[in-house]
Amino acid sequence: MDIRRDIYQAIADPTRRAILTLLTIGAMTPNAIAGHFDSSRQAVSKHIQILAECGAVDQDQRGREIYYKLNIDKMKEIDHWMEAFRKLWEIRFDQLDNLLNDL
Amino acid sequence: MTNNFVFETDLAAKKIHVAREFNAPIEKVWKAFTDPDLLEKWIAPKPWRAETKIWDFTVGGISLYAMVSPEGQKHWVYAKFTAIENGSAISSTGMFCDGDGNPVLDGPKSYRDTKFSSIDGNKTKVDMVITFEEESTIKMFVEGGFKEGTIMTHNNLDELLASE
Repeated sequence: MDIRRDIYQAIADPTRRAILTLLTIGAMTPNAIAGHFDSSRQAVSKHIQILAECGAVDQDQRGREIYYKLNIDKMKEIDHWMEAFRKLWEIRFDQLDNLLNDL
Repeated sequence: MTNNFVFETDLAAKKIHVAREFNAPIEKVWKAFTDPDLLEKWIAPKPWRAETKIWDFTVGGISLYAMVSPEGQKHWVYAKFTAIENGSAISSTGMFCDGDGNPVLDGPKSYRDTKFSSIDGNKTKVDMVITFEEESTIKMFVEGGFKEGTIMTHNNLDELLASE
């Protein structure tokens, strides 16, 4: 398994989370994204590359410019995991309710 | 009855907060969390069941139980108790296990702080904060829940289809 394909790799870094937050506003060019950070363009570009490899962002070629946009479906994967975990605790606690009634 | 169930995730802080109110006095809720015979009765989502192998409820002590599927598949859950305030709080460190229930000591860990508080003398609030060492391991820990959640959903679906 290519670890870079893991969506959790995308959110495992504060700069990458900031880029993802930025892209919720709309698609942006790498230059526009880099303009929001103090780090070097190369460093930001590397983060964008990792986000693309994780499938968290998609490329959009518009004329001569490449825009990056959020891949909403991929980001929803995290929600699915969390939803299952939430459901597990909900069910456990409902079972606990029943047990407490009988104690 | 409203039970004020809370499930909040803060992935940036690597924290999951779970809270719930129970319509029972704090002594009973505490017992249900700390008596393995009682814990077994609610911790595994049906039709899974829990089988306790080790229960040493002391600071530095260990709990090890298996979630067992109807087909006999085992999913081990290991925790070491790091702090106990009798009747009000439990802290533990969770670790992954191999197929025989041996903890992977140098593997990723999760930390759980559970607090119990009495409401009006006959209700109890349970507050749980689960913290992960690394964001990338949240998935690994949640995966257990995901698998059980998926299996549960399928079973519920089977029941639903059978009753149609």
